[in-house]
Amino acid sequence: MSILSKHKILEKNASLLLVFSFLVVTIGGIVQITPLFYLENTIEKVEGVRPYTPLELTGRDVYVREGCYVCHSQMIRPMRDEVERYGHYSLAAESMYDHPFQWGSKRTGPDLARVGGRYSDEWHIDHLTDPKSVVPESIMPKYGFLKNRIIGPEHIAQRLETDAMVGVPYTEEMIAAAVEDFRAQANPDADADGLMERYPGAQQRNFDRQPQLTEMDALVAYLQVLGTMVDFSTFQPDDRR
Amino acid sequence: MADEKDKKPGDEDKLSLRREAADAEHAAKIAGDVPSREGPDKPETPKHRRKGRHGVAMNEVPSTGHEWDGITEYDNPMPRWWLWTFYATIVWAIGYLIAYPAIPLVNSATQGLLGTTTRQQVAAEIERFDQANAEIQTRLASVELEQIPNDPELVSYATNAGGAVFRTWCAQCHGSGAAGGPGYPNLLDNDWLWGGTLEDIHLTLQHGIRDPHDPDTRYSEMPRYGRDGLLDRAQISQVANYVLSMSDQPHDAGLASEGEVVYLENCAFCHMEDGSGDQAQGAPNLADAVWLYGGDIATVTRIVTEGPYGVMPAWSSRLSEAEIRAVATYVHGLGGGE
Repeated sequence: MSILSKHKILEKNASLLLVFSFLVVTIGGIVQITPLFYLENTIEKVEGVRPYTPLELTGRDVYVREGCYVCHSQMIRPMRDEVERYGHYSLAAESMYDHPFQWGSKRTGPDLARVGGRYSDEWHIDHLTDPKSVVPESIMPKYGFLKNRIIGPEHIAQRLETDAMVGVPYTEEMIAAAVEDFRAQANPDADADGLMERYPGAQQRNFDRQPQLTEMDALVAYLQVLGTMVDFSTFQPDDRR
Repeated sequence: MADEKDKKPGDEDKLSLRREAADAEHAAKIAGDVPSREGPDKPETPKHRRKGRHGVAMNEVPSTGHEWDGITEYDNPMPRWWLWTFYATIVWAIGYLIAYPAIPLVNSATQGLLGTTTRQQVAAEIERFDQANAEIQTRLASVELEQIPNDPELVSYATNAGGAVFRTWCAQCHGSGAAGGPGYPNLLDNDWLWGGTLEDIHLTLQHGIRDPHDPDTRYSEMPRYGRDGLLDRAQISQVANYVLSMSDQPHDAGLASEGEVVYLENCAFCHMEDGSGDQAQGAPNLADAVWLYGGDIATVTRIVTEGPYGVMPAWSSRLSEAEIRAVATYVHGLGGGE
């Protein structure tokens, strides 16, 4: 009880109380903030993860704007049923260039962390236009209007710069070529050597099969790259994580 | 207004007069009834007496000694069962902290004495199921493909396992009942684009159709006759009517007869002169009543104009050979297998 009665001294001296309160807040702050300086250490080193191409990044913004994350997670947990249904469990490195990440915590629809390449572009367009036409059981809303929303690269360089500011390794060259890359990815006839060099494995085609560049192009390009960057045949899991 | 007039005057006055009279009558009594009060309220010690477990009277619940405006605070102890549960959780937490990964440090969290990791657990769990099916999976993957239908045990396993694989990976396009939809082939009928034998289905599953990631994928591309200006609108209308006439769909007979020439010049190379198609290049049979995109004039015109380009992903990078064979057997057994 003696320590409790000593506590009275603190309670009765305002300055002393202030000093000790500050001490407690400092300890709490250090415990919470220090780990952030070592965040890099917690991300496993894996081959193949690259920043999004300008078009994919635009598609990602559409994904976030439409609130897809409200029903779809992008986080395959290390459990047998999830691994068998969706593919290899997600790694921290796979979302390290996501600002903000789209892990999510609620699945009304399926997880999308590895949806890339799983369906054809046509399927995505059909499904986004009218989900029930391909999955009669679906309760997903229709997003056909994306086909009519023309997009342009006016702000894409600034968009890349913004991500670079928060740590995504977009180089000067990438930012300078952002407009060109943005247009080239959705145009199968464009010269894409630069795009491929800057963003290895980027897919170049007319995603929505319409002549104009629309939000549908961007969203499908984004969906088709999800979870496809890491080559798991060369991946050695670190069990301590 | 009428109500107020109807009322007898003086009713309320009478009532209040009567009250006042009553008050005056009992004035003395009312004045004498003031409760006596000697001084301000004292904090009372609570009078609860509780019986202990064995009928022994326990002490009165003491006060904490705190007092606000004459209100005091009981110092009731926490129920014993609650307190011990609470202590037990503390002890459990310490044990857990030592046994399992818990405290995040600079490079990784503490590992815990038991050495548990979720990654190992999921790997072990998958391994356990693989082991359980290892024998039959190996047999399924190694046996000659055409021998599978002769082995009832393999067929039984492959049909069940393949059904599960189908519902996970294929149902999104081909439908949970495999009946397909516009643009996504029906797998229940005996009309096949790229062949319906077990070998054909197996190859399609392995390498997909027009999959941009698989160099061995099945590939063919119908020209975009309208969009690329190979045929003019009149010719497309004629050939579309001709195609519909092959299977007696509603069509314009005049246009159809003109379309025959267009058909023979442009389409017959892949779809054959009689419209029976060519499975080697995925050219559908146009002479039957089975339609991939739809059998009306608008749809056929659209397909001829824009050119279809159906894509199916290659599954060899996602599914094991045994799984591909299982789903091939399942699809082959759905009814249309050749």
